[in-house]
Amino acid sequence: MLSYETILTTCTYCGCGCGILLEVLDGRIIGTLPQKDHTITQGGLCIKGWNVHQFIYDQGRLKRPLVKRDGKFTETTWEEAIEEVATKLNRIKEEYGPDSICGLTSARCTNEENYIFQKWMRAVIGTNNVDHCARL
Amino acid sequence: MTNSIPELEESDCILVTGSNTTEAHPLVASRILRAKQKGATLIVIDPRRTQIARYADIFVRQKLGTDVAWINGLMHIILKEGWENKEFISKRTEGIEELKKELENYPPEKVEEITGISRADLRRIAEAYAKAKNASIIYAMGITQHITGTDNVISLANLAMLTGNIGKASSGVNPLRGQNNVQGACDMGGLPDVYPGYQSVTNETIAKKFEESWNAKLSRKPGLTIMEMFQSIEEGKVKAMYIMGENPMVSDPDLKHVEHTLKKLELLVVQDIFLTETAKLAHIVLPGVSFAEKEGTFTSTDRRVQRVRKAIEPLGEAKADHEIICKIAKRMGNDSFNYDSEEKIFEEMTRLTPIYHGITYERIEKDGIQWPCTNSEDPGTPFLHKDQFSKGKGTFFPIPYREPAEIVDEEFPFWLTTGRIGFQYHSRTMSGVSPSLQKEAKEGYVEMNPFDAIQLGIEEGEKVKVISRRGTIEIKTKLSFNVGRNMVFIPFHYFESAANVLTNTAVDPISKIPEFKVCAVRLEKIEEENP
Ligand code: SF4
Repeated sequence: MLSYETILTTCTYCGCGCGILLEVLDGRIIGTLPQKDHTITQGGLCIKGWNVHQFIYDQGRLKRPLVKRDGKFTETTWEEAIEEVATKLNRIKEEYGPDSICGLTSARCTNEENYIFQKWMRAVIGTNNVDHCARL
Repeated sequence: MTNSIPELEESDCILVTGSNTTEAHPLVASRILRAKQKGATLIVIDPRRTQIARYADIFVRQKLGTDVAWINGLMHIILKEGWENKEFISKRTEGIEELKKELENYPPEKVEEITGISRADLRRIAEAYAKAKNASIIYAMGITQHITGTDNVISLANLAMLTGNIGKASSGVNPLRGQNNVQGACDMGGLPDVYPGYQSVTNETIAKKFEESWNAKLSRKPGLTIMEMFQSIEEGKVKAMYIMGENPMVSDPDLKHVEHTLKKLELLVVQDIFLTETAKLAHIVLPGVSFAEKEGTFTSTDRRVQRVRKAIEPLGEAKADHEIICKIAKRMGNDSFNYDSEEKIFEEMTRLTPIYHGITYERIEKDGIQWPCTNSEDPGTPFLHKDQFSKGKGTFFPIPYREPAEIVDEEFPFWLTTGRIGFQYHSRTMSGVSPSLQKEAKEGYVEMNPFDAIQLGIEEGEKVKVISRRGTIEIKTKLSFNVGRNMVFIPFHYFESAANVLTNTAVDPISKIPEFKVCAVRLEKIEEENP
């Protein structure tokens, strides 16, 4: 038996915040439907909303951490990647001070992710150098 | 937004400026059109004849970068005619006398000359807006992306207060934000001078509260804005940059410079779902997941906090962005990044953030809640500034008009403005790979007035050079009366012909937003090479 379910969530394309249902067939998203009783959406989406699931399975999706060696990217494990990022950041922080590090958080990520990002920059790195591209 | 999206439907006059609403915020646009069906007057003020302009009762083009002048001009007329809301001014505002003095300098003749909007149109707009019962203003980056962006926003607030069109349902000043969670990113403290909930990093009591909760010593010094970050990299003061889910290589002004700058870093780490132009420059790239592969919340443009739910497992070994950051934080030796779930993160945040205090996952299970929501009984806030402004009385600030940072001259005789188009999304990392969206709008173009094209001997679809003081791009033309004479428009989504190679990095002194919307360029035919 194939499993079919719809997952209620929020459109990721613009700030209107439409309520959408992702149609999931056997663990794979196959379509997007508008949420009928959503205050903003009222059963209608724009063309971007109707197609919001399409980019998810694109060929170009990154699936493994990459490090550049001699100008070329090679795949690596999470352990090694995290280790390298943390060690390098710690070294730069020690050598040049926390304000020599800065971070850009994202208007595409969730609130939880944004919260964690700025907490990390402020509490662990020790700088207020946090901004995002939304001014742009 | 000070109001909610659904409320717009009940406005009886809607002034849209610098927002290509039908394309950038389709479901806001549909409320505006519904209001119009119910009899509202729709006014559109935009240098381009945007799609929404076609539905307008009054549509006028202002010259690029002259917003303060027309807004002051409207207020001048309103005061001369006695259309201001005297009760609102005396009860809820201060500083009217200073404003009046400044406005003396903006008689219709002079405003017409600066802005190109006729005296008759100025008067019609002033009358429709001032005499409406519930008038709303809607604006987007067409207003903020100027060196006078902050001035423009304050001027619109002056106009709303002068006529009492703020602090009630269906009536206010409503900025529309670009990307879906810009509101949330700002609310969460993704800004150099504030913690979550706009709590200042320089305030001792607030900083102590966060120090206690996070168990860390925190800096009281406001950080660098994005433009300052790039400057500091140039100066060798910033050595490492960590970018989560952003693609400044397309969205920043003056691209060549950005690339050159990023290459100077000792360490660039990029976390994204695709190998973006920015990620290609990184030393380490970490794979994040799409919105369909994680739990959490987004806050939409009308401050509505809503759930994001996981529909599928992450692809490959990709991980949610917060998981990655927590791993790095722990590895850097901090033990306050242990969370069993996204909900636990949300709870920690709401404890520390008064405007989100009363919101829980449980309460937004079905419908979102609009902040401020300060306790568990609080139903949230559909519109802001009901009985008073956050600082008590609303202050009028007199704003003099200033010219844009770069103006056209003999060498660069065309005004260039940039913007979004409906089928693409910001730097296109997502919509660029979505087949149905790509079909609709494959490549970039420069939109120009047919009369200008005839003069330069340029044809529809011809590849031309567009040159500014900062760079040159080659791009196809699209002839259209949507743009006025001596002006061209380029959508900024396409890396292959990125408009931001050309744009100016001059920034607003307060908001630090770059002047994307105005710069000077010239157009040249590409000479065919001899065989
Ligand atoms: S469906 Fe369209 S209008 Fe609604 S949030 Fe998505 S992109 Fe915006």
